[in-house]
Amino acid sequence: MTRASIRFAPLIALALAALSPLLLPTYQVAVITYVMIAAVACLGLVLMTGIAGMVSFGQAAFVGLGAYVSGYLSSQLGWPAWIGLACAVVAATFAAGLIGAITVRMSGHYLALATLCFGISFYFLVGNSEMLGRFNGLTGIAPVSIAGLELSSERQTYYLVLVMLVLVIAWCRQLLSSRTGRVLRSLRTGPVIAETFGANAHHYRLMAFVLAAVIGAIAGWLYAHVQRFLSPTPFGLTASIDYLFMTVIGGSGQLWGALLGAGLVTIIKHELQGLLKFVFGPTTRLELLVFAAIMIVVLQKARKGLWPFLEQRFAPHIAPVADIEPAMLPCRCAKPEHGLTVLSASHLRRSFGGLVAVDDISFDVKSGEILGILGPNGAGKSTLFNLISGVLSRSKGELSFLGSPLSKVSARDMCRRGLSRTFQHAALVQDMTVLENVAIGATHLGRRGLFASSLRLDRAEERQLLGWSMHLLDRVGLADKAFELAGNLSLGHQRLVEIARALAAAPDLLLLDEPAAGLRTNEKAVLSDLLVELRAEGLAIVLVEHDMDFVFGLANRLMVMNFGRRIAFGRPEEVRADTGVQEAYLGVAA
Amino acid sequence: MNTDVAMILLQDGLVSGAIYILLATALVLVFSVTRVIFVPQGDLVAFTALTLSAFEAGERPGTIWIVTFAAGIAVSLEMVEAARWRDRARALQSLLRFGLVPAVVILAALFLVPKTAPLVWKMAVSAGLITCLGPLIYRIVFQPMAAASPLVLLIAAIAAHLGLNSIGLHAFGPEGVRTEGFSGAPLALFGMIVTPQAAGVLASSVVVVAALYLFFRFPLRGRALLAAAHNRRGAEIVGISTVAAGRTVFVLAGLAAAISGLLIGPTTTLYYDSGFILGLKGFVGAIVGGMAVYPLAAAGALLVGTVESFASFWASAYRDVVVFLLIIPVLFWRSVSVLAPEDGLE
Amino acid sequence: MTALLQIERFSVRYGRLLAVKDVSLEAHAGEVTTVIGPNGAGKTSLVNAIMGLVPFEGSLAFPAWPGASRSIEARIRARISLVPETRDLFGPMSVLDNLRLGAFALRREAGFDMASRLAEIFALFPRLAERRDQRADTLSGGERQMLALGRALMLRPSFLMLDEPSLGLAPMIVAEMFRIIQRLKDDGVSILLIEQNARAALRISDRAYVLENGAVHLAGKAGEIAADPRVIDAYLGGSMALADSGRQRVSGRR
Repeated sequence: MTRASIRFAPLIALALAALSPLLLPTYQVAVITYVMIAAVACLGLVLMTGIAGMVSFGQAAFVGLGAYVSGYLSSQLGWPAWIGLACAVVAATFAAGLIGAITVRMSGHYLALATLCFGISFYFLVGNSEMLGRFNGLTGIAPVSIAGLELSSERQTYYLVLVMLVLVIAWCRQLLSSRTGRVLRSLRTGPVIAETFGANAHHYRLMAFVLAAVIGAIAGWLYAHVQRFLSPTPFGLTASIDYLFMTVIGGSGQLWGALLGAGLVTIIKHELQGLLKFVFGPTTRLELLVFAAIMIVVLQKARKGLWPFLEQRFAPHIAPVADIEPAMLPCRCAKPEHGLTVLSASHLRRSFGGLVAVDDISFDVKSGEILGILGPNGAGKSTLFNLISGVLSRSKGELSFLGSPLSKVSARDMCRRGLSRTFQHAALVQDMTVLENVAIGATHLGRRGLFASSLRLDRAEERQLLGWSMHLLDRVGLADKAFELAGNLSLGHQRLVEIARALAAAPDLLLLDEPAAGLRTNEKAVLSDLLVELRAEGLAIVLVEHDMDFVFGLANRLMVMNFGRRIAFGRPEEVRADTGVQEAYLGVAA
Repeated sequence: MNTDVAMILLQDGLVSGAIYILLATALVLVFSVTRVIFVPQGDLVAFTALTLSAFEAGERPGTIWIVTFAAGIAVSLEMVEAARWRDRARALQSLLRFGLVPAVVILAALFLVPKTAPLVWKMAVSAGLITCLGPLIYRIVFQPMAAASPLVLLIAAIAAHLGLNSIGLHAFGPEGVRTEGFSGAPLALFGMIVTPQAAGVLASSVVVVAALYLFFRFPLRGRALLAAAHNRRGAEIVGISTVAAGRTVFVLAGLAAAISGLLIGPTTTLYYDSGFILGLKGFVGAIVGGMAVYPLAAAGALLVGTVESFASFWASAYRDVVVFLLIIPVLFWRSVSVLAPEDGLE
Repeated sequence: MTALLQIERFSVRYGRLLAVKDVSLEAHAGEVTTVIGPNGAGKTSLVNAIMGLVPFEGSLAFPAWPGASRSIEARIRARISLVPETRDLFGPMSVLDNLRLGAFALRREAGFDMASRLAEIFALFPRLAERRDQRADTLSGGERQMLALGRALMLRPSFLMLDEPSLGLAPMIVAEMFRIIQRLKDDGVSILLIEQNARAALRISDRAYVLENGAVHLAGKAGEIAADPRVIDAYLGGSMALADSGRQRVSGRR
């Protein structure tokens, strides 16, 4: 496929979707309407499960919440559907906010099970509620009307649902390409990236949870006013599982996957029943077996879901064309003057159970200085980094940053105070572009949030943040790769992207964990030049590295660690001459 | 509520708890070796009771056809693979493993179980049929996608559950069954009246969990299974086949399901679709135990059983809701107390 | 000289990424064959594919053991063993359990005696004997590498692949590691050594390959490779590193 045809594919699809009710029989129009409603519900799940990595077995409950709120208001109080929509959204926000406040701190299976518990409870509560018609259901729900025109025929509701689907997709796309969206997309790899760059991961997880619920409620609202009759059954656990099926089969990280999955699952379930009737008789339930078999085979052949599978077959990733001019940030603040102590640590200690990983470590680093840390694997260097950057809490010892003591630090605080870091194992979001990855670093420099990006009010700030990221990519020599997916880069290049991302946070102190590993000799020289330049600009840099030539060529001072202890600290030539270092580390008989 | 009622409820709770322990242990076992949340574990439990009840009625249970069908698929998959590698030895081995073993059990079920056969013999053949299903499901569903993410494996497990459910209705019909229990006079223990059935359930559960614990603690074979759980690549390079480890653990899971089914059969009426909620409660127990620690999973399962028993006394319509809502604080506590959670689904 | 391993037009692919391109390589009995190259050159992919851990394209043969290329189990039966770059120890299990599992494939073999095999390993690595009941994940970096090597040696391998055995170790331990490799070679174990530390690796090797960007850049006798100006320039040259001066003194002492 050519680039142009891919760009226009959504438009062509939309045109087809708009024309099809004129060509298809009513029954099929109705089926497609339900597919699209399911697709809306799945879009919520894509945000939560696919993008933010939280599995939910409760999506149908939120769909049901939206449906019952608007359905009740319409059938019992005679309120118009549009007010019902607003109420459904507000109710979903509150319910999800409340439930999410308890559950999003849970991880993995705990969260999945908790959503399942709420999902089941919703079903039973509605089924036993007199007000909502118990298991018999709620009837007499009015159709949606626009300027006096009631949308009640299959074709009319089709267009209503299509418009809402397009709006929700547009909203999600808008959101995912914003500052907020980049943080959401990083959550799937865990909370560390978000927290390292100043974003509260719990806050964002809660946001994903609420967004999923709100989008689910919109789907429920559509369902209530299209079907105009409600019973608890379509909102039970089975439905939640179906939504999860649709999302995973389509490709859980993909907006378009939701459409594909919803279509496929609904149509297969629908058609199989009719098909198998002829083979096994009218009472057969074997269609579920066949359905299960199809799902399993699809998962075995396309583990990431069908959309990525098809995309890889027919439309390999094409870098989007976007003009982003490298730009400096409107200067945040002046770097501290040369020679000022940026970080000082005294008697740091951290133990894990009985194992002391960092034991009584003291050191300081000044602006305009590179401090090298040497030591074998397992000597406690990475733990030390995690203590300084607030990823781990210390068992004992004092830390101060730019003169102010730090009592209890979190990674988030440290980023806002001006500390930035890279990781030993490159921690990039593989399916985001290089530029977007770098822009995550600048998260705490932006102000625009969810609402601004939903309404496209964040464009000016986005231009700035992306321009700044482009400028940093240029500095590490990867500007030409800005629109590649990070996962497609070589390991060495991924490390450089990490450095650019760390710089994007505009730090005063930069912690680099083995930045030269994976680089070739000439690339190391380029990196070395860059670090020298940054030092000259007044940045303080702490460097863990195994390549001794690299460290000795760069560092102003060196610290050698072994078994969690500091065995030497000083200027490189002093360390080199230190007998303790020679005995314990270099292996020279004293 | 007086003390007597409370004691009876407690006893009921402990009995269901003992069965959930077996389910939870099997789920933890399967998860730690293969990262699969084996949702169909509960279905296998229900199928065991349905199988035994068919034998008791002197009929041929539908399980025979399910096993035949599954073995057929597994053998064909194996043959295709062996042909691709031109590996005769493997072809022969798979014929034995996925063809001969189920065939022997099926023949036993077809010809050696007259209506008058003793209960123990019927139980053994039922258990044999169900145990066969474990590794067959592993071969067909999970082995081809061993490297997939836990989320995808979970979805596949749910799909497998749906499949079993639908085939279960076809094979067993919609009627519920209750199997014959151990008979005998009730015993008096510490001032409590204990039925032989309850005592049998508790004792069997303790024995099975202890046997599994010892198997993982001492013999090299058991250590090897754990090793495969800790580090797949490490296991592969010392010659512990992760495929074999997965198969072994599914045999154990099948066996545990069969034993649970034999134990639970006489205490409650089971339908072809009763398995899901059973499995879910075992899963809750396992989760409370952090999907890792066996004794804690057991405690979690007992908790679920007891809560359920008391909830059904007070508010039977909301029994399951109460169980699941009460679990949430426990989940919350477990989730924040587990350091470095590596059980992320993605 | 008999070839133990022959690979031809060998490629390893991850999705769209080609990690190893068209590599041809041979390892001979009784020799140390080394593959050097920068990190990310495809060395680990190469050795993992040779062990059968990742799929590959092209031909792979172990002429001495027909059928060994079929599966990992077949390789292990032929006593082909790998110490991976990531060590892949069983973290929560004891040192002793890790070593016992190293001989898992031999457990039913006639004449196999676990106790005496363990004693041999403990003689080679006395530190492991001291820590036999300690959990593997509480060991230091050097001890972990010794345990990974010890676990592989439990199999009594005839062909041993070592992936970056010196990675992340203190220079002192690195020297110790190379002494052990030399000793294994003297005992007649054929070795395929993957190293970034080119100087130390070339010193104990007979045959060497330089891998860059997934392809063989240079190949030949270790001595010739070490003398090649391009190799000196890219891998051996540069300033006198501290690590190296340390190691030279160590070898001088010996």
